[in-house]
Amino acid sequence: MTFNELLPLAVLASSLIPGLLIFTLPESWVGLRTTLNLSGALVKLALVLLLIVGVQAGESYGVHFAVLPGLNLAFKADALGLLFITLSAVLWLFTTLYAIGYLEGAPRRSRFFGFFSLCVTATMGIAMAANLFTFFVFYELLTLATFPLVVHRGTEASIRGGMTYLTYTLIGGAVLLTGIVWLHHLLGHTDFAHAGIAAALGSAYDGQLQIIFLLLMIGVGVKAAIVPLHGWLPQAMVAPAPVSALLHAVAVVKAGAFGIVRIVYEVYGIEFAQSLDLLLPLAIFAAVTIVWGSFRALFQDDLKKRLAYSTVSQVSYIVLGITLFGPIGTVGGLVHLVHQGLMKVTLFFCAGNYAETLGIHKVSEMNGAGRRMPLTSIAFTIGALGMIGVPLTAGAVSKAWLIDGASAAGMDWAIWVLWTSSLLNAVYFLPILWRTWFKPIPKAWPAEHIVARGWRETAWLLLLPPMVTAAMTLAAGMFPNNQISPLSWAKLIAEREYVHESIIWTP
Amino acid sequence: MMVWLILLPLLWASLAFMLGPSRGVWPAIAGLVAQLWLAFALAAEIVGSGAAMHAVGGWGAPLGIDLVADGLSAAMLLLTQCIALPLAVYAHAYFKRDDPARNYFWPLVGFLLAGLNALFLSADLFNIYVTLELLGLAAVGLVAAGGGAQQIAAALRYLFATLVGSGAYLLGVALIYGTYGTVSTVTLVSLIGADAPDLVWIAGGLMVLGLMLKTALFPFHFWLPPAHGGAPAPVSALLSAVVVKASFYLILRLWVGPFSSLTVVASLVVWFPALLGTLAVFWGSYQAIRAERLKMLIAYSTVAQLGYLFLIFPLLASAGALQAGIMQVFAHGLAKAAMFAAAGTLIKATGQEMVAGLAGVAERLPVTLFAFGLAGITLMGLPPSAGFLAKWQLIELALSQQQWVIAFVVLVGGLLAAVYVFSVLRQAFLLAPADSVVTPVSRTLEWTAFVLAAASVLLGLRGVELMQLVGVT
Repeated sequence: MTFNELLPLAVLASSLIPGLLIFTLPESWVGLRTTLNLSGALVKLALVLLLIVGVQAGESYGVHFAVLPGLNLAFKADALGLLFITLSAVLWLFTTLYAIGYLEGAPRRSRFFGFFSLCVTATMGIAMAANLFTFFVFYELLTLATFPLVVHRGTEASIRGGMTYLTYTLIGGAVLLTGIVWLHHLLGHTDFAHAGIAAALGSAYDGQLQIIFLLLMIGVGVKAAIVPLHGWLPQAMVAPAPVSALLHAVAVVKAGAFGIVRIVYEVYGIEFAQSLDLLLPLAIFAAVTIVWGSFRALFQDDLKKRLAYSTVSQVSYIVLGITLFGPIGTVGGLVHLVHQGLMKVTLFFCAGNYAETLGIHKVSEMNGAGRRMPLTSIAFTIGALGMIGVPLTAGAVSKAWLIDGASAAGMDWAIWVLWTSSLLNAVYFLPILWRTWFKPIPKAWPAEHIVARGWRETAWLLLLPPMVTAAMTLAAGMFPNNQISPLSWAKLIAEREYVHESIIWTP
Repeated sequence: MMVWLILLPLLWASLAFMLGPSRGVWPAIAGLVAQLWLAFALAAEIVGSGAAMHAVGGWGAPLGIDLVADGLSAAMLLLTQCIALPLAVYAHAYFKRDDPARNYFWPLVGFLLAGLNALFLSADLFNIYVTLELLGLAAVGLVAAGGGAQQIAAALRYLFATLVGSGAYLLGVALIYGTYGTVSTVTLVSLIGADAPDLVWIAGGLMVLGLMLKTALFPFHFWLPPAHGGAPAPVSALLSAVVVKASFYLILRLWVGPFSSLTVVASLVVWFPALLGTLAVFWGSYQAIRAERLKMLIAYSTVAQLGYLFLIFPLLASAGALQAGIMQVFAHGLAKAAMFAAAGTLIKATGQEMVAGLAGVAERLPVTLFAFGLAGITLMGLPPSAGFLAKWQLIELALSQQQWVIAFVVLVGGLLAAVYVFSVLRQAFLLAPADSVVTPVSRTLEWTAFVLAAASVLLGLRGVELMQLVGVT
């Protein structure tokens, strides 16, 4: 086995092996567990870095195993996959750090971190899958590995949230499987390839391909929380904060959005999908989701629920970008895959900090929180402004490209959708900021667990991750054309996808 | 090699019987290790050089007994030994010293395995009848061995079903023998043509129905839940995982062997098992969802999972259907053995037989619950597991032959399985009530179930060799 075959497997193993080892550790072995967690995350980052350097130099990484005659478990690390891998690997490191701080002294930690590592392994598998079969294997593995995390607290409410999650995802999985097997039956394989594989079938199969597309979109749309398949996401916010971060930013909804990207670009091919009239209906669903999610967020007093509806809305920015036929929209959608992850993980970290430190769960309890917890609140403010799309944040970059993409594609209504959503985002985020910074501190916090010591408003492991991700949000917004920015990478992918058109380099 | 697969279990069973009540563990385990090795060696030989035949004592048919092993039988032998060895280790740790069920456990298991192995190797309808009776009686004995009133009642019901089943089968064999003067399955393939007399049709019907009764296919499943749900855990595991598969194997053998020209003529007849299979999937799942006792839930799940096996009959025109069926046999066999073993451990540790009593076991017995969960993944047909590969193969076959209904049944069946599997897991993840007591259990119990469950999942990552083996005729 050569180095280029081994590297994708090593990326999987760097979280799988620590995860399996952690399962066997006794509860009290905190040191070894932490070491395993962090060394796994760091090794993974190093491996991902190797991949990035290699892919930029034009190397190709891939390996496959026969599972059944004619059916392969196949992996590849290409530019698109690496976008997702890098996001997940970076955020996994910070989410792990955060989770170590968040769960300090809590019971059942070996189980938690074991499944946590399995989740990231599944995400890596999704990102590196080289065919729909492999994609499905890891997509379902992700469902199974997140269930114990969602129900981690073991209360009736968390079990209910977990069961709702399962109901949606398992039914979605069955629909997805139908589509995949059907396609496999027609084509004899489901390998991802630039410009798609479905067009090879010829026009006699157009009708079937349209139905298959619908099945596939329902399947991945559940995890991407496209309305009306989004019902599980607000329910699942009963999970502990690091799990919410995982669901909303690192793994689950991203897996859905990433699935849509792969299917549209590399199974159908964007030009063939356009010729089958598949993009416009998807764009309409994305638009409805964007507005509906933002609208529902207005009425949530529970902070995490408000953030959850915000996710529903923001993930469909990605979908909308993909359906805007043209390279600029593609760049906008892909870059938002990363940007949304950075911003949303920051917001959930902060929400967890408010809850863990002061017992604040509701927006109405946030008066004066900024003066008690300034660093957390600065991070929260950056995340929230990014969601609105204020200049100098990552959100502004995504929005600019999306709007340009919409006008280049001649879909002016999409611009209105984006502006409406930004307005709604402002309406539900700015009052929170107002309360945080400008309202007086209440006499007593709902439940103060961690007392401030000097400048340290809370445990440092809770403080560090949101500050770093908030800084990354700013960096991605201020230096979008830097060589290592998500935007540059998204442009690279779009260039390879649209072979016939050149990309306009500044929006 | 083939003879030893039959003789070894007979030998250690007799030895255990002579040693007296509840003795004979170590000869049994040593014998099972040897059997496992033999089964692997046989499978390797068959893949290498094709189907094998052995005339016992040098006397071939029609005077002597022929043992025949092709890919299908080698696969079944392999599965049986793979499940029996961990379960024997499990059983040794499971029974308490004074448990009456332990008294004749080892001799009965030995005879059961001898019957099974002989059944898979026979090429003669009458010998098959003998093995069926040996198998059935040993199984009834195992169910009754606990000695409780409920167990005796379940065993009697089981005895009735198994006797009626083999009676119908024997009648069919007699009719065939009367018509053609032979009971060799190999010879009969060429003798029974499309123009066969009505008597042969009746014979075929009797044999298949009798075997369906023994396989507990809906609506003949009435005996299975009390028998499998009431027996001691290692017995339930063995019965659900392999014993019911033996009669399914025979139906399949007859269907593609001696009766193949009949099923071609009456093309509608292929839908009869598929229809019953569909009903079994729905009815079994429905009862499993409603079940309040853990072992009843698992037993009804067996009823549902057996239904999938019968969905392959309309698809047998494609070469892949047999492979899909055997993949499902492996998936369910390994997973169900693991699940019953895990359930036995859970019940032993908590003292609770109800699903509702399982709150908190995720924390107290993580390995066992993990085993249960992994087995559940296979039963739901989620990846990566052998159950998933079986499901994938079935759906793809159904689509390629435009049998949409079958694909639909498989998909919905998987979701229904998720409902009952997660009704257990949801309970297990709840926080334990303050007054709950979990008695410590031996690690052997926990890890044997885990090994079986892990095997059912790992097979889903590498099914090529098994499919190659099954393809050898």
